[in-house]
Amino acid sequence: MSTVAPQYVSTPFTAPEPEFIQDYSIRTNDLNLWYGDFQALMDVSVKIKKGIITGLIGPSGCGKTTLLRCFNRINERYGNVTTTGDIEILDKNIYDSDVSVRQLRRSVGMVFQRPNPLPISIYDNVLFGMGIHDAYKPLSKSERNDVVEEALREVDLWNTVKDRLKSRATTLTLEQQQKLCIARLLPLKPDIILMDEPCSALDAEGIEKVENLIESLRDEYTVVIVTHNMAQARRATDECIFMLLGEIIEHSKTSEMFLNPQHEKTEMYIQGRYG
Amino acid sequence: MSSQPTNPFAETEEERRGKLVENLVGISTLLMTWLLIIPVLAIIIFLVYKAWPALSIEFLLDNPEKKMTAGGIWGPLIGTFFLVLVSLIIAAPIGILAGVYLNEFARDNWLTRFINLAVVNLAGVPSIVHGLFGLGAFVYFLGMDRCLLAASCTVAVMTLPVIITSTKEALASVPMSFRVACWNMGATKWQTIRTIVLPNSISGILTGVILQVARAAGETAPILFTGAMISSRIADSGWEAMVPYGLDDRFMALSYHLYIISTQWQNVPESFKFGTAAVMIGLVIAVNSISIAFRIYLRSRKKW
Repeated sequence: MSTVAPQYVSTPFTAPEPEFIQDYSIRTNDLNLWYGDFQALMDVSVKIKKGIITGLIGPSGCGKTTLLRCFNRINERYGNVTTTGDIEILDKNIYDSDVSVRQLRRSVGMVFQRPNPLPISIYDNVLFGMGIHDAYKPLSKSERNDVVEEALREVDLWNTVKDRLKSRATTLTLEQQQKLCIARLLPLKPDIILMDEPCSALDAEGIEKVENLIESLRDEYTVVIVTHNMAQARRATDECIFMLLGEIIEHSKTSEMFLNPQHEKTEMYIQGRYG
Repeated sequence: MSSQPTNPFAETEEERRGKLVENLVGISTLLMTWLLIIPVLAIIIFLVYKAWPALSIEFLLDNPEKKMTAGGIWGPLIGTFFLVLVSLIIAAPIGILAGVYLNEFARDNWLTRFINLAVVNLAGVPSIVHGLFGLGAFVYFLGMDRCLLAASCTVAVMTLPVIITSTKEALASVPMSFRVACWNMGATKWQTIRTIVLPNSISGILTGVILQVARAAGETAPILFTGAMISSRIADSGWEAMVPYGLDDRFMALSYHLYIISTQWQNVPESFKFGTAAVMIGLVIAVNSISIAFRIYLRSRKKW
């Protein structure tokens, strides 16, 4: 159940309303963003449903990653960024003055294109988030071990690394590193996991395994995934948002978008005629 | 003859000439590298050869006696040690924190660019100018008089730019992706610096600091007007000999001692002069070796 906010107006390009009342994890309203003088996002209004996997697709430079970075306000760290418009995460405007950016980022995790485990042990990587949020100290040693085991089991990494938890995370394979990067978000109990081309540095086998993992995160977490890979968007997402030059062109169920795109540009892009 | 097929990959005339140039460049760069080593070896061998009669444990541990014509160099040696120690205690925290600010916090605006420019220029100031600045700023303006503290402050100012620069470089060598990972989990900048950035750059930072030991120990000009003295009576043994100078005392230092016995004093045995120089060079080499060994050790522990 959600309390549907009054300003929630459907735009022509978003998915058709389902019959039942839908929970949305992320809503943006007329979001504009500039890097200096360059406008990277133009009047973006999207509603991303809770508990499903939403893909952000579009050619390079269309603003997919920029939009993703808005959702945990990490854009602010990249300097000279101006935004206007609203972003509501879990029905709270994240630009309200009573929003702590640290708590926001705790519940909106991010996974990157290149796996970036920290140069510390596997064990410490999983607990790192708890450390910076002061949730680590009150735990006993066995509770800490439980947290690590649970997180690593959830990403199907436990059996591979349980005998070398103290070795450096950077010694893992890329696929294992990427799984670890997802695992280290889990002890913080996030609601939303943002993924910026999480498979593009991996080989075919790694892609399959990480996609299966993303699949298993559905329901419990809201996943937003940027991808360049049309086949992956088709395989791994429930809904897709097609962006072009900073604008949302189309947002619909993945099956509908790939079978019956509403816009000529979407059709041309997913058929690979540009991009 | 015709049974032999023509070679499709035969070397052209230009390639043959190119190969010659390639060899010439290789040989001349190698020669230049060897030329670099020769003066270093020559200086060390010459110094040790000339200093040999004087070098002994007593030379290191005894105080100068009989107008520096006998005894050893303990007073200047311990003076240099304290000069380096105090100046690093002052310069290291300031320099490291400034480096952290410039690399991690500062935005790219005119003020930051101005500070960076100032640091670069400070590094280029001749040491004699530092000495005169120290005389004006610390000895007279701050009223410290000529003493160990004033000299240490002067040397600290001189070593600051390199400490700042090497700190900045060490921090910048930590991949950005580590910081991004931390920020995205909600870490503050300071948490990121404390838990990830500093532990992974500490070897570079400390290398920069340690290398300044050699500089601080070797310079004469900055201490010339700010606290070094030709000769001071200090205890020959016991605790007093270990800590002969207070912060407000004038002190002897190796570099100044060498200058004095080489140019201002008569009847000093030649081996004493070369001995002092050899000890100074030895100190510098020892400190640099320690810093290299330390860096290798810390590097072996970090992998990414």
